[in-house]
Amino acid sequence: MDTVLLISQVIMGFALILAFVRVVRGPSLPDRVVALELFSTTVVGLVGVYAIQSGVASFLDAAIVIALMGFLAAIGFARFLERGGPRDD
Amino acid sequence: MIEAIKGGLLITGSLFMLLAAVGLLRLPDLLTRMHATTKAAALGVILIMLAAAMHFSEVGVVARSFAIIVFILMTAPVAAHVIGRAGYFVGSRLWSGTVKDELRPNYDPLTHELKSGLETQENAKRQPRANDPD
Repeated sequence: MDTVLLISQVIMGFALILAFVRVVRGPSLPDRVVALELFSTTVVGLVGVYAIQSGVASFLDAAIVIALMGFLAAIGFARFLERGGPRDD
Repeated sequence: MIEAIKGGLLITGSLFMLLAAVGLLRLPDLLTRMHATTKAAALGVILIMLAAAMHFSEVGVVARSFAIIVFILMTAPVAAHVIGRAGYFVGSRLWSGTVKDELRPNYDPLTHELKSGLETQENAKRQPRANDPD
């Protein structure tokens, strides 16, 4: 079981690296926002795996909060994009 | 037995997340990238939370992981819709192989007016029904 947990953590860390490449390269601001949303979703998964690894179920509350923050950040970015404002992609 | 199911769920969920990241990196424009990340990452989180629920197998923890699943299922489409709409209106370029963009001929980005394509003189006439109140 420990090996499986380690493997899934490594895979998700690799996914975070790939998403970070898109954050750096992304040609426009909406692409970066999509990549950041994938970040928050992947971190929710990592926290879930860590909850299994450590045996502390309270980490799932942290996962709920992270998912909520990611959603609110996406909504806020979208409002910012549509309302206009100074942009420097 | 339950260990094997848990391990399978964990590995599959993390592989779906990796798939979402690869799609985000490899696909050509904003909308295709979003279609990869939203669905695959949501499925990955769902599988991992199912594994967590099976691992702890207490009422409170199962309820919390199902709350996370329901939350992801409700918020992922909304966030994708909002970001896709904003990206379209900001003017992010579509892929050169895009077959159909039905919004472009019918939508005026300056006045935010959406035409249906049926605005003829014939359709603009009032056609009273028999049971109209006036």
